[in-house]
Order: sequence, then C-alpha cells, then structure tokens
Amino acid sequence: MLLRADNISKTFFRKTGSANYFYAVSPLSLEIHPETVTVLMGRSGSGKTTLLNMLSGILQPTEGSVWLGDTDLYRLKDAALSRLRNERIGVVPQARSAVDTLTVMENILLPERLYGRKAPAEKARRWMEMFEIGHLENAFPKELSGGELRRMAIIRALVQEPEVLFADEPTGDLDDENTERVLSALASYAHEEKKGVMIVTHENDAVKYADRIFKMEGGELF
Amino acid sequence: MKILPLSLKNLARKPGRTAALVLLTAFLALAVFGGSVVILSLRTGLQSLEARLGADIILVPSEAQSKVSFQNMFLQGTTGAFYMDAAVADKALEVPGVEKAAPQTFLASLKADCCSIKIQVIGIDPAKDFTVQPWIARSLTGDMGDMDVVVGCKVEAGIGEIIRIYEQRCKVVAQLEPTGTGLDTAVYCNMHTMDTLLAAAEAKGVSHKIASGDDSVISAVYIKVKDGYDIDTVNTALTGKLRKVTAVRTRSMITGVSDSLAGVSRTVSAMTVVIWILAFIILLLAYTLVVRERTREFAVLRLIGASRGMLGRMALLESALCGLGGGIAGTGLAAIGVFSFSALIESSLGLPYLFPGIGTILLLAAGTVLLSIAVSALASAFAARRLSRVQPGTALREGN
Repeated sequence: MLLRADNISKTFFRKTGSANYFYAVSPLSLEIHPETVTVLMGRSGSGKTTLLNMLSGILQPTEGSVWLGDTDLYRLKDAALSRLRNERIGVVPQARSAVDTLTVMENILLPERLYGRKAPAEKARRWMEMFEIGHLENAFPKELSGGELRRMAIIRALVQEPEVLFADEPTGDLDDENTERVLSALASYAHEEKKGVMIVTHENDAVKYADRIFKMEGGELF
Repeated sequence: MKILPLSLKNLARKPGRTAALVLLTAFLALAVFGGSVVILSLRTGLQSLEARLGADIILVPSEAQSKVSFQNMFLQGTTGAFYMDAAVADKALEVPGVEKAAPQTFLASLKADCCSIKIQVIGIDPAKDFTVQPWIARSLTGDMGDMDVVVGCKVEAGIGEIIRIYEQRCKVVAQLEPTGTGLDTAVYCNMHTMDTLLAAAEAKGVSHKIASGDDSVISAVYIKVKDGYDIDTVNTALTGKLRKVTAVRTRSMITGVSDSLAGVSRTVSAMTVVIWILAFIILLLAYTLVVRERTREFAVLRLIGASRGMLGRMALLESALCGLGGGIAGTGLAAIGVFSFSALIESSLGLPYLFPGIGTILLLAAGTVLLSIAVSALASAFAARRLSRVQPGTALREGN
C-alpha cells in the first residue's frame, strides 16, 4: 500500500439552503496500491476532484488523515508537505495548468528545477515524441491546443516519476487515438514502474485499464 | 531552490507588465534622487558661502547700503563698487574684541577680454587676509605677485594666460575651486595690482575717489572677532567708533539666503513626498491587479510543489527586481538631468548651488536604489501574500 486515506471528509460552507455546511466528500477510507491503476468514476459535482485534491495533499480534509507510507501528510508543515508533493506525488489537474511565461519544455521540467534537481530533458523529449508534441518543445502554452496542453501536463507528471500519480479527467480534451495513448501510458507507468496511479473520470474509456474501480455519488464512495 | 531564474524569465517574458512596474519605480527614484541632489547642492552651496565669507562682521561704507546691493556683491558676486578710507582697517583693529581685520577693494571691470560679462575684481592684502587666502592656498603654492591674478572657476582663462582688465595685462596664476556662488566669476589680486587697476580705471573715467580725496581706498573690511567676545557687542562697538561705516554681521546676510534655501528645500521635499505617495498608491494598485492576472500561474506552481514561502519570496523577488531596475533607471535619468542642467537650476533658484562630493552622491544614489527596491517590495507585499495563499484546486477550476 502506497497511500492510505483514513476516514477523510470535506465539508464546505454554503450560505444558501437549510444547512450552512454540506459534505462535498462524506467520511471515507481508501488505499492506493503500487502497480495498480485505480479509476474513480462519477458525475460532475459528485466530489471526485475534492477527493483527489485531499489525497494528493493540496486540500486539507475537514476530518481524517492521509498517509503516504509512514507520513501523515497534513501533519507536515507547508514547506515539508510542498517538497513531499514535489518529490513523491504527481498531479494532472482537470484544468489547464501551464505557466504562460515558460516554454513547453520549461513547463515540463519545472517541478525538477523548482528544487534545483537535474532536469531529465532527454526523458521529457521521449515522452513528448510518444505523445506527438515533440515539435512543440520551444512553443509557449498560448500557442498550444487544449489537447496539447493536456498532454504536456501528463508528461510533466510522468517526468517527475512520483510514487503516486493522480490524473483528473486526463483525456478530457483528447481525441480517441490520444486518449488510448495516454491511458496506456498511465497504465504502463503503474505496472512497469511499480507506482500507484489514480484516474478520475466521468468517461468509460479508462475502465479497461483499471485494476480497481470506485464510483462516487453525492460525496459518497461506492 | 531556484526561483531566481524563474523570476527572471517571468519578468523578461512579460515585457509590458515589467516595463510598467519599472517605469513607476523609476519615477519614484527620479523624484527622490533629483530632489535630494538639488537640496544637498543648495546646502553645500550655503556651507561653501559661509566658509568663503569666513568673517564674523563685514565693514562697508555707509553709502554702500543705498548705492548697490552690497549683500548681493558678497553673496552672489554681482559686480559693483564703493569705497572708504583705507585707514578703517587699522582703526577697526583698535576696537576691543577684534582679532583680525582684512581689507578688500572692489572694482567692477568693463568687459574683460576673458569674459563675455563684467567681472568683479577683488583686491586683497595677503598679509592680513584670512578669508580668501586659505582658498587661494589650495590652488596656488607660491605668492600672488604684482599683476598676478587668481580667478574663480567660471572665469574662462587658464593658468598662465594673460587677461586684460582696463587694458592692464594680468597673468592668471591659479584658478579657485567652485563655490557654487557668484564668487566663481570673481578675479582676485593683491593690493598693488588693485592700485594699478584703479588708476587705469580712473584713466578710463571710472572714478573711485572718495569725498576726502584720499587715494588710498578700500571697499570692505572683513573682521574676525576674538574668542570669548560677543559678536553683536563688537559689531555695535565698531559702528560707534567708525564714522560713515556700517558693520554688518555675516550671519544676518546669510540668514536671508538660508531662509530662501529652507523654502526651496521645503517645496522640493513636499513635492518629492507627494510624488512618492502617489506612485506608491499606483504601485499598490498595479500589484493588486497583478494578483488577479497571476493567480493561475501561482496555482500551477503550488500544484507542482512550491511552498507558500517560496511563492511569497518569488513575488517579492520579482517586485524587488523591478525596483532595482526602476531605481537604477530613475537615478540615472535624474543624474543626467541635474548634472546637465545644473547651470539652469542654479540660475533659476538664484541661490548658492554646489554639488556635494562624489562620495555623497554615490551614497545617495545607492540609498535611492535601495529605497526603490524596498518600496517596490513593500507595495507588492499584499499581493505576494495573496498569491502565496492561492488554493490550487479552486484557483485552477475558477480559471478554467
């Protein structure tokens, strides 16, 4: 087991309605294992992204704890948690996530360079060739399509070689061919590199690559 | 942690935003450095004037008060002349409390061949002088011989050249350091030379005769009061003892200049403060707008593992770099302005104006640049705090 969530939940304040607080994610426990692709499915607004954010260390749960190995993520101070996320957790967000002032290659190598590590440019190039954006190495994000930006974000996470990789709707902007290519690459990463991968999606394409499937509805995990 | 290269790329690849922030800071630096140099130059000019006058009291003929603005002659170096009996200097020495009495004789030249304007020729007695001599000694190692002249820094004549005053050939043996006053256009000679020049002037119809008909004349006596004596008491005693002579305290002359200087200083300081407040508010608004523009970028950085501290430092570093660029640019522009147009500033202000030493100017420049960096960083502090606390999940979703 790589990552474990113990009884985590998330409530948000809402001004309207009969209750002031509502559960975006009801209390739940979950484990992510190495060499495993975990697929989390559910409709929009079901709490998938909130759960992903809590598991990946960027959103503190209202209750419960998240463990990466022996480390309770939310007991760490911000600097230590940030460094841990940089070194051990990869995230492909649902939204566009590029720094506009950096080229595609600079964006991909940014996590390494942020902490002064040697940037694996050759590895990045191989991934870029595989995802057919090799020719965009020196382009700026504003020159890229949504699908190209999505592939760039996935490569950035893969180059980090995190122990656990979270991908939120990674195929949202992709055509069928690229969808297969990306899902296949994520599955290979999990199985060949012995890492944990969690894919959050509302589409069925990822099912065939899944080792475990969860469904979320109304903040509850099934 | 490598945020400097990232910050530099951010600044370089957003040239419009960077230029606007640099320009605002440059405006601040320009106001501070330019204003400070002007104020300091006025103060240095006043100090120089006080040092050059070097006397506690100046005796002038009573008629001087109505004949010319003798204060302007002493303070600004405007041309003019008045005369009294040369014996006044020795009589002054008899007054209790007078330690030294140095006579000076003035002669306004006609158009001299060295200069396009009239110049003030001042005769001094090297044996008795204690005001001009120390300044001359800095430029002239030997004695000032007959028909030798020492010229102010603005007189267009080099050492060794001959200038003609009332058709008398005078050799320039030294040039004085700048004082920032009208005295920079004066020409100094000894009393023998002055006698020759007075005679030549007389021949040209410029009379220096006084009512008594005595040929031995002087224009002013510079008095140094002994330690322990009250200057006002000595001043009163001199006025009482010497007929047809007015004793003027140099401090009272300088007070007028000093008051004007204080007024100019206050105006320049007030303008500088107003410019700073306005520019600071604009910078604050500019950085607040930047928060909105850069929320997504900082959310991405947070997502890939940048800590809050790292993001805050990055935002501050970028604004500090803008401050550095603006500080250097503004200080440079102000330096070009104040040094290139110093003559215009001096004539506009009508006050003694002398640049402080290069060390002081460099310190001031360094201080201005540091201040620009600090103000820029301070103006961005709020924005830096906001950006460092970006919630990546929410921020990216909102910007989707």
